[in-house]
Amino acid sequence: MQRLEVAFLEKAKELLSSGQVNRVLAYKKGEFCYDVSPAVFYSVEELENAVYNGFCGANLSKYLIQESKKEGKVAVFLKPCDTYSFNQLIKEHRVNRENVYVVGIECQGKFSIEKFYKTGVGFVASVQEDLDSVLVNGETKIDRNAVKLERCLVCKKQHVVYDELLVINEKKDGDLDRFEMVKKLEAMTADERFAFWKEQLSKCIRCNACRNVCPACTCTKCVFDNDDSQISSKANADSFEEKLFHIIRAFHVAGRCTDCGECSRVCPQNIPLHLLNRKYISDINEFYGEFEAGKDIAQKGPLTNYTTGDIEPNDFKGGNK
Amino acid sequence: MQELNKEHKPLIVAFCCNWCSYAGADLAGSSRLSYPANVKIIRVPCSCRVNPTFILKAFQKGADGVILCGCHPGDCHYTSGNYYARRRMTLLFSMLDYLGIERERTRVEWVSAAEGAKFSKVMNEFAKTICELGENKRLEDLRCKD
Amino acid sequence: MKKIAYQNIDKLYGELASNLDLYMPIKKAGALNFEKYENGKEADIETLQTVKSVKDLFFPQVEHFVDFKTDGTKIDVIDTREIRSEFAIFGVRACDLKSLEVLDKVFLQEPVDSMYKNKRDNAVIFTLACQNPHASCFCKVFDIDASSPKGDVECHLTNGVLYLNPITEKGANLVNKLTCLEDATSESVDLNKQEIKAKIDALPFSNLDLSVFKGENLMELFDRKEWEELSKACLGCGTCTFICPTCQCFDVRDFKTNNGVKRFRCWDSCMYSEFTKMAAENPRKNQMQRFRQRFMHKLVYYPSNNGGLYSCVGCGRCVKKCPQSLNIVKVIKKLGDK
Repeated sequence: MQRLEVAFLEKAKELLSSGQVNRVLAYKKGEFCYDVSPAVFYSVEELENAVYNGFCGANLSKYLIQESKKEGKVAVFLKPCDTYSFNQLIKEHRVNRENVYVVGIECQGKFSIEKFYKTGVGFVASVQEDLDSVLVNGETKIDRNAVKLERCLVCKKQHVVYDELLVINEKKDGDLDRFEMVKKLEAMTADERFAFWKEQLSKCIRCNACRNVCPACTCTKCVFDNDDSQISSKANADSFEEKLFHIIRAFHVAGRCTDCGECSRVCPQNIPLHLLNRKYISDINEFYGEFEAGKDIAQKGPLTNYTTGDIEPNDFKGGNK
Repeated sequence: MQELNKEHKPLIVAFCCNWCSYAGADLAGSSRLSYPANVKIIRVPCSCRVNPTFILKAFQKGADGVILCGCHPGDCHYTSGNYYARRRMTLLFSMLDYLGIERERTRVEWVSAAEGAKFSKVMNEFAKTICELGENKRLEDLRCKD
Repeated sequence: MKKIAYQNIDKLYGELASNLDLYMPIKKAGALNFEKYENGKEADIETLQTVKSVKDLFFPQVEHFVDFKTDGTKIDVIDTREIRSEFAIFGVRACDLKSLEVLDKVFLQEPVDSMYKNKRDNAVIFTLACQNPHASCFCKVFDIDASSPKGDVECHLTNGVLYLNPITEKGANLVNKLTCLEDATSESVDLNKQEIKAKIDALPFSNLDLSVFKGENLMELFDRKEWEELSKACLGCGTCTFICPTCQCFDVRDFKTNNGVKRFRCWDSCMYSEFTKMAAENPRKNQMQRFRQRFMHKLVYYPSNNGGLYSCVGCGRCVKKCPQSLNIVKVIKKLGDK
């Protein structure tokens, strides 16, 4: 895996020094091996701090909304899931495609630092990556799947938009079914589901991280920030507002959400927000035919389309009672 | 119906499209067909004007049931508005169900301008369902209840 | 000094909770936060940190304080401020305790914030020494001693025994009431303090240099070009401000009910674009300016106005929770290194 990072740095340097692009959007080192941040690099010297490893989970497509509108061409390294978001943004005319040089970069699944702690390794000073395992602090070998983000365990994505690919090893798909938990919830009684979501959503502190990180959330003014919308709020003053915020947040990206899983990754209270988005995705698949946002931009979105024979809202009887 | 819950009088909000269902409600009135007085009608230009937030906001403000009425599929004044509304409401209702909120509290009915009798029947039935379900406890905002 | 075997800790919680309201770190759906202890809830004092800090108990995220009720042309104004009697908080870490000192300077200065004062006066705080400080902790930089956190009662959990050492009279009164405790000597605690101190000295951020962050460097720091790079990845979410034990900005908002208005205050975040919105315009136009404001406030403005007291306590929550791993340590290192 270290070979990939070397190739990544070489590619970034080449793009900058050849003048093909005037800046590179990628990741930079933090204080530890795991706290990398998205960053823009303007020169070959700055690339000294660039990094690409299993902790580069952030979806860079979000930043392209701003970056692609600036002067000059920007190179970006996108993981398979990021390319879905980017493609969806192209479809919605939120990015300027001509200004972006996309390098599709290999991804074998990204890590959650909290999952490392759960294995009991303690402080994570260094991580050497292999395809199936990771070596922590040069001594403890852990199965890669044990420390992957949930979204990576179910990921079956391949790059859908790119100018060139930087892939050394073929990507291994996650073997889990992404709708498993949705199905489990549907099979519960309404009371159990209500209790589950009440407990989860009551943790919400309305930090808006899920909204702000979401590459599909591109409104210049969100209803929840707009005092004229009558539903703006800065905190959940009543448990109703938790539900309102999360139902509407997920609804607004229904049919556009590429299931990149950033919302769940960033939630400080670990609310499984992807389960809301995946419910909409699974319903869309069931009612209106298989659809994967961001995969094919020629296809019409399920909520901007209809057929005369669509299911009636009343005919849908709901989950287990 | 009254015996089921004497103290609680449910509040029902009905979003009606201007061109069909609102006229249908009008016809019900002028034909002297009754529907429960606790059904509050909100007139909208088209069923697809109704955004999921409206439905939730109605519950927040104290509704126990929310019904959306529009032109029959194929008869929309704006050609296709009700088709879009149909998809949105299907997904929203399914989501509410997913969160454990009673499926029966929300409904969509297609009522044309000539269907005064249907309007009255639909509202009576829906009010009965809501009465049986009782007060909306799962999607309430306590601040609106004191 | 008193003690109780850790395996019997539920007895202590139970007895405390029967005397007064007890708040402590409670695990709910995988997240740890301060909540009221009740039988059946999952109390956890071993995990180092709660997501939201103890600030939430003194300056809650949402606090209703007045209702306006209308009846025809009549308007009733109803004071809905909660008046608390004595309550206990268990498992407060040294950094969180220090954060109350920072908040006191804001809320207890004239005009005194009555809601905050009421809670502050009535809280009995059981602190807990940090047995296993995390690599993201840097409380030592702010002269906080996590091995001896003080408070009303100082607790140490070592070798399966919880030691309780009352510091204030309020703490002693409460501890003396508890029948489940045994008398203890201080040897294990002293040893524990030394161990913790050694652990803290070895932490990677324990020796951050704050010397440039002072009032006379204000303009120079404000104009540093590094802010652009530091804030580049900032999403403008409010995670850092809401989990921060010392962030104290709030908004006062009205909620229109069916028969009036409920007025409440809630946490606000300087990271939000609406934060400085005014009738004419918004003086902080981009995320870099908002980002700079937050850190300048913590490291320069606040200490200049409060006798050098930084409004950061080194709890490391932002280090752990920022979605894009931006944090105050990176700011201190970047700007501190000229």
